Amino acid sequence: MPLLAVNNLHTFFKTREGEVRAVDGVSFTIDRGTMLGIVGESGCGKSVTMLSIMGLIELPGRVVDGSAVFQGRDLLKLKGATLEDIRGHEIGMIFQDPMTSLNPTLTIGTQITETLRRHLGMSKQQARKRAIELLQEVHIPNASSRLDDYPHRYSGGMRQRVMIAIAISCNPKLLIADEPTTALDVTVQAGVLDLLHELRSEHEMAVIIITHDMGVVAETANDILVMYAGQVVEHASAYDLFDRPEHPYTEALLEALPQVEGEGIRDGRLRSIPGRPPDLIDPPKGCRFAPRCAYAGLDDCAVVQPELREIRPGHWVRSRHPASERVAQPVGVG
Amino acid sequence: MTAPEVPRMPTTTGEPLLVVKNLKKYFPIRKGILIDRTVDHVKAVDDVSFEVRAGETLGLVGESGSGKTTSGYCVLQLLKPTSGSVLFNGQELTKMRKAGLRQVRRDLQVVFQDPYASLNPRMTVGDIVSEPLLVHDIGDRRSRRRSAEQLLEVVGFNPDFINRYPHEFSGGQRQRIGIARALALNPSLIVCDEPVSALDVSIQAQILNLLKDLQAEFGLAYLFIAHDLAVVRTMSDRIAVMNRGKIVEEGPAEEVYSNPQDPYSQALLAAVPIPDPRRMRERRAERRKHQDVLAESI
Repeated sequence: MPLLAVNNLHTFFKTREGEVRAVDGVSFTIDRGTMLGIVGESGCGKSVTMLSIMGLIELPGRVVDGSAVFQGRDLLKLKGATLEDIRGHEIGMIFQDPMTSLNPTLTIGTQITETLRRHLGMSKQQARKRAIELLQEVHIPNASSRLDDYPHRYSGGMRQRVMIAIAISCNPKLLIADEPTTALDVTVQAGVLDLLHELRSEHEMAVIIITHDMGVVAETANDILVMYAGQVVEHASAYDLFDRPEHPYTEALLEALPQVEGEGIRDGRLRSIPGRPPDLIDPPKGCRFAPRCAYAGLDDCAVVQPELREIRPGHWVRSRHPASERVAQPVGVG
Repeated sequence: MTAPEVPRMPTTTGEPLLVVKNLKKYFPIRKGILIDRTVDHVKAVDDVSFEVRAGETLGLVGESGSGKTTSGYCVLQLLKPTSGSVLFNGQELTKMRKAGLRQVRRDLQVVFQDPYASLNPRMTVGDIVSEPLLVHDIGDRRSRRRSAEQLLEVVGFNPDFINRYPHEFSGGQRQRIGIARALALNPSLIVCDEPVSALDVSIQAQILNLLKDLQAEFGLAYLFIAHDLAVVRTMSDRIAVMNRGKIVEEGPAEEVYSNPQDPYSQALLAAVPIPDPRRMRERRAERRKHQDVLAESI
């Protein structure tokens, strides 16, 4: 049984122009101790998916349909205190911006011990001792003296390490990291990603990492979910996704990435995807990628929405023209 | 190219267009309430020298606080350098007055990072793109408008939208407007300060390709400033790596990336996530080798 099974999740936002279908039928599962990467560009619904699961969607948004079963309980049906018990205890979370996620008026120590006392009922002394251990675990030097510092004394990378320490303080079974390294410099990012990896294996904790960066998922995740316009368009193991991407969007996205290694990079052109993602108030009737797709022909692409189907064991794709079934050459732009 | 009224300044190939020597920019740290005194300096740019030749791209890469943007602003004279020399087309910019700089800026333009903040929201697209022509008193109203239409066409922006306002467009489209504005006076060098860092990958590729095409077509030189090592690599002939206000390594792009000499450049390159899961272990091991160089920055 998977640790978390999300099924047919729909989250819409009411706006003056109409209802935005931010998450439109997302399903996936994650097993204990594995790392799932959710990747996609701005507005694809990757963050909203996670916020929905955690019950953090506020009006004008609402979860319209679907379920998220975590250890036998549907998170979407839980209310108030029950949900709070799970959040921060069995499921830890870290967000993009370590600068604003910490309270500037409380010491780092207070902010860590707060969680320990709330969820685990520890005494002040116990919590303080555990907080020092946690800071050591996320490799913050001189942990015992840094405990009484305020957040402004910490650099961006260190603050993200503190956020991770808080998130793992109750030994969660699942850690959700939403763009955890986007605000950090590349050398600091490397350290934080390595830390997540280390903690996952030591604590047998499952991790969902949400990012726009294909490099970040490649270096961390076992399984990868590619999202586009509120839907999952491809879901496969990291190896299979990078070796044999199937969806025209995934392929194009990988080719659009500038490379750091190789020859003739300077003289080459990048593959660009024409146009931009569709309006989610009134999404295309057929395949959502069809208007930008190099393979969408005069067939059903523009009319009938393709289903997410298993093209080979463990590799799911939502396209009528996946790479391995393609005979036709790209139509028009390439 | 449009704006034929502005003759292109001839540059001999191989001759450096821009020569920056011993550039320093120190920001004072002040203390005291009644008596203001300078207690120390932040050495944002500390003795930096580089050259950009006509038609080539020099990539200036580094992490936040490395001084790359400050260097770019000192070249543009948007910040006054503490000391050092900035020679552009043989003219010393650091000693120039406003009127002289205005003439120089026909040839030396800039594209900013944030396409949301760098376009005046109260001006139409057409007015934004033709403003440089107005400032330099080139042509009349009608010819300026014609130029704006042509410029927009060149950067792949539909000229039918010339009377719209910037907020109606996405980040990628706005960056095209910013690039059209930079091209209006037919410059020989454009300082690009993180031109794609606010954009999604698929849009980023469109803008990078556009910058490459424009360079090939008009022989532009770029001083390309960015933190993303892959983006810099794809754009640059030569690369200078900055760390703590200094250039720690400089050379042909291929050389710097395949065989970095400086310990910081080595650590920086090892830290870049590579989109290939099969190399995850190898990359992690490589990073551990450089841990001591980075330890301070955690």
